[in-house]
Amino acid sequence: MSERIAIVASRSGLHARPAAIFTEAAQDTGVQVTVARTGDPREDAMDAASILSLMALGAAQGEELVLRAEGAGADQALDALVQVLETDHDAA
Amino acid sequence: MLEASSTFPSNGSADAPRRTPYMGVGVVPGRVLAPVRQMTAAVQEPPFPGGSPAQGTLESQSQRIKDAAKAVQADLRSRAATASGEAKNILSATALMATDPMLVTSAIKLLSSPDGARTPERAVWEAGSGVAEMLSGLGGYMAERVSDILDVRARIVCELRGEPAPGIPYSEQPFILVAEDLAPADTATLDPRKVLALVTASGGPQSHTAILARALGLPAVVAAPGVQEIPDGQPVYVDGAVGIVNSSPGEEQQRAAESWAASASSLKAFSGSGRTADGFSVPLLANVGSAADAALAAVACAEGVGLLRTEFCFLNRDTEPTIADQVEAYGGVFEAFPGRKVVVRTLDAGADKPLPFLSNLDEPNPALGVRGYRAHAGFPGVLERQLQAIATAAASHTAEVWVMAPMISTAEEAAEFASLCLGLGLATPGVMVEVPSAALTASSVLGEVDFASIGTNDLTQYAMAADRQLGSLAALNDPWQPAVLQLVRLTVEGAAAAGAADGKPKSVGVCGEAAADPALAVVLVGLGITTLSMSARALGPVSAVLSSVTVAQARELAAVALRAPTAAAARSAVRSALPLLSELGL
Repeated sequence: MSERIAIVASRSGLHARPAAIFTEAAQDTGVQVTVARTGDPREDAMDAASILSLMALGAAQGEELVLRAEGAGADQALDALVQVLETDHDAA
Repeated sequence: MLEASSTFPSNGSADAPRRTPYMGVGVVPGRVLAPVRQMTAAVQEPPFPGGSPAQGTLESQSQRIKDAAKAVQADLRSRAATASGEAKNILSATALMATDPMLVTSAIKLLSSPDGARTPERAVWEAGSGVAEMLSGLGGYMAERVSDILDVRARIVCELRGEPAPGIPYSEQPFILVAEDLAPADTATLDPRKVLALVTASGGPQSHTAILARALGLPAVVAAPGVQEIPDGQPVYVDGAVGIVNSSPGEEQQRAAESWAASASSLKAFSGSGRTADGFSVPLLANVGSAADAALAAVACAEGVGLLRTEFCFLNRDTEPTIADQVEAYGGVFEAFPGRKVVVRTLDAGADKPLPFLSNLDEPNPALGVRGYRAHAGFPGVLERQLQAIATAAASHTAEVWVMAPMISTAEEAAEFASLCLGLGLATPGVMVEVPSAALTASSVLGEVDFASIGTNDLTQYAMAADRQLGSLAALNDPWQPAVLQLVRLTVEGAAAAGAADGKPKSVGVCGEAAADPALAVVLVGLGITTLSMSARALGPVSAVLSSVTVAQARELAAVALRAPTAAAARSAVRSALPLLSELGL
């Protein structure tokens, strides 16, 4: 199991367009990735490929999230997704 | 007792009632002849338990749900590819929701739920409700996405049933769109290259449909009962000036549509100087809601901005924008009008535009609640920061910046607002006159400020006690109502008295949609209104009609309108004295 910590950079948090961009990126990796707030129980982690789950998570700008995945390609997928999370998609 | 289904009239049956021509309320002038496309009706809830025994294995039913979700996603993606701006973002995000594991997995689970097997349609319906409930429980921005998930749900159910998707139909050929009413969400997907005119059975002159039609310059008729019985593909003639929809057009209508098409382009042009026939200047200004709008208004030769709606930099946000963000946003508008007047309306949150940081969402009657300037007492600081941002932006541009507060009801409120503005270096404070009390006490209210701008949409709604969103009250919600014209007159008279007492004239403009009605614009000028502010698209038609009358004639027509016992009588008396209107198809 690999893990990464990332801080939400988008001004509006993980809502709307930033959430859509992240979901698409998660689907593109082809790897099962979960996302949760750091400190939340592991079994409460959400499916990163679900825009509705991400919206329900409602992470705000500056919040720390933990991404988890396992198996082949896990590290590569997580690195790519950290980058997406740490980009401010609301900056015009 | 009859079965419910037999009580629905079958669409297009030979003996269906034909009430042609259908009469409605014209909201945007224009004469168009084209085939009709009906907005697809809302999806009916699939019954539980399913009407017929479930077909196929659990596995094949799960697959049907997945396939339908994918088909809906593909359709939304292809529409996103041809859309732009905000519409593209909405469509892309909605496309992702269609195949979302949360929605699809919970639908599949419901197929074999222990409390009863669902059909795939019913399962998707309930799963969508569950997600919608979850989103609305989160409140704020999430709750606004409820309509998106319900739209996706409806699309998947239609796909499963093999029915056309709900919403605005897709057609290669341009058409006249007919609907019960349009929701704000529909407007994101309306393609003005395909839709030539809008006709709705309900909705009033201030409905979302009407506002959209004015913004896009689409001829439109609202509140025309019966139009939903017109079959798809039927050519109809729409006259958006008089509010007629004719489903058996003849040669006369054909010619009228052709001549409108020929003259419409010349009517669009505005010289940049609003004047009566005898050269009396009536500056024609634009209503704008963003820097992009302002740039378009400048291209359309507007003489300034009579109403800058500042909500654009506050909407879709959970928190208040910073002062720096606001300075940038307002500066973008000021930049488009160097040396010209720009009237900024401070934040008008509440009622139909709630903001999470500035609205009390559980008011039983939000139109009469804490909205506009009234929010200042409960949320101190927001208005000061906005005024500070306006002053900062004004300092680095040459635009002549005036500021006004919405929903002012008393002279005390006007005085408070003026002292806030002056304290922050904004030299020209004013008020919106939307509440009848402000019109009735205009001499005291205007004694505290430099100008007033009459918001006829709200003034009409409050004077007539008629919700502006309700199509069934469209006849009351008419700015030609004698009571509304009297309130305009009283505001002008009060301003004159206040101006005489202060030794400086107080200007009274109109920035409601009444100013965009060329006939009513003439009446307003006759009543003593000094500036008119409207959608940039109305500048051409209003200036054309205004330049055909002298001030004396405008005053005479104002007197005619004031004497009329009803709105309809006022409108028809004034229109018949302005033959240019029907010549131009206005």
